[in-house]
Amino acid sequence: MGIGLLGKKLGMTQIFNEDGTIVPVTVIKVGPCKVTQKKNVEKDGYNAIQVGFDEITKVKNVNKPLKGHFDKAGTSPMAFVKEFRVTDEEMEQYETGNEIPMELFNIGDFVDVTGTSKGKGFAGVVKRHGFKGAPASHGTHEYFRHGGSIGQNMTPGRTFKGMKMPGHMGNKRVTVQNLKVVDIRGDMNILMVEGAVPGPTNGYLIIKKAVKKLGK
Amino acid sequence: MNEMIDLLEKEHMRLDLPEINVGDNVKVYTKIFEGDKERIQVFEGVVIRRRGGNTRASFTVRKVSFGVGVEKTFPIHSPLIDTIEVTGKNRVRRSKLYFLRNLKGKAAKLKEKRDR
Repeated sequence: MGIGLLGKKLGMTQIFNEDGTIVPVTVIKVGPCKVTQKKNVEKDGYNAIQVGFDEITKVKNVNKPLKGHFDKAGTSPMAFVKEFRVTDEEMEQYETGNEIPMELFNIGDFVDVTGTSKGKGFAGVVKRHGFKGAPASHGTHEYFRHGGSIGQNMTPGRTFKGMKMPGHMGNKRVTVQNLKVVDIRGDMNILMVEGAVPGPTNGYLIIKKAVKKLGK
Repeated sequence: MNEMIDLLEKEHMRLDLPEINVGDNVKVYTKIFEGDKERIQVFEGVVIRRRGGNTRASFTVRKVSFGVGVEKTFPIHSPLIDTIEVTGKNRVRRSKLYFLRNLKGKAAKLKEKRDR
């Protein structure tokens, strides 16, 4: 619960602390994020604020139903739109068409960052699940990166569900929790968090207050 | 590299230090904190490597101490570096002087750079 910001990963760099230690940081462009719709219990069955980010400059490429939706909110069309479930009090703080301030986060806060991880294609068990593979010597024959046994014999007579096997890896929603906000630049719409975030450069991100630090 | 990141990195760069090149004889004065006391330590040697750009740049200084080769890598823009003093420049023909590691004594000496 609670509103967050939408952003775009610009890349990583490093900055120096006062004591000379180097901090790896991810630079995220957050905002300008605008409220594109407010959903309430009476009409939609739940409370939520819909937020848009990354204005589309070529308006002619936006289809008419979408354009109508953004026109209603009084904003230009956005490429990345997400909903945040909010409480009644939060509902009153934001108006449709208004910008969500970057002051939502302060330096030193902890945030959860959600993105789509880089796709790795069809990956074997060594890459996908961290299996060790088979020994490289002592007579191993054509069995170097295999996963070994996947079950028993007549009992149980089947392979259990959830068995770790090769398959598609990456390109799915990943959340990294408890990243520390190192720096905020209001004028440049830039947020810097300590550590890495999911996805490639220019990938879209959802940034929310850290769930595990809310009560503290 | 993104332009914004370039801008952000430029803010953290230290422009007060002299330019150092591979092959230079340098004295690096670093701040050392012991408890609440601060003192300056000097590391003197020849620059054998420079790598990275903007704030991520670092350089490696090599010296021979009591017959043992010692190398130390410093981030160029670190706030822990007090000053850098360039005591001499040598004529070198490559960007990484790793060959010095295999040379001893007089053979490991570099020729001084002459102004043209």
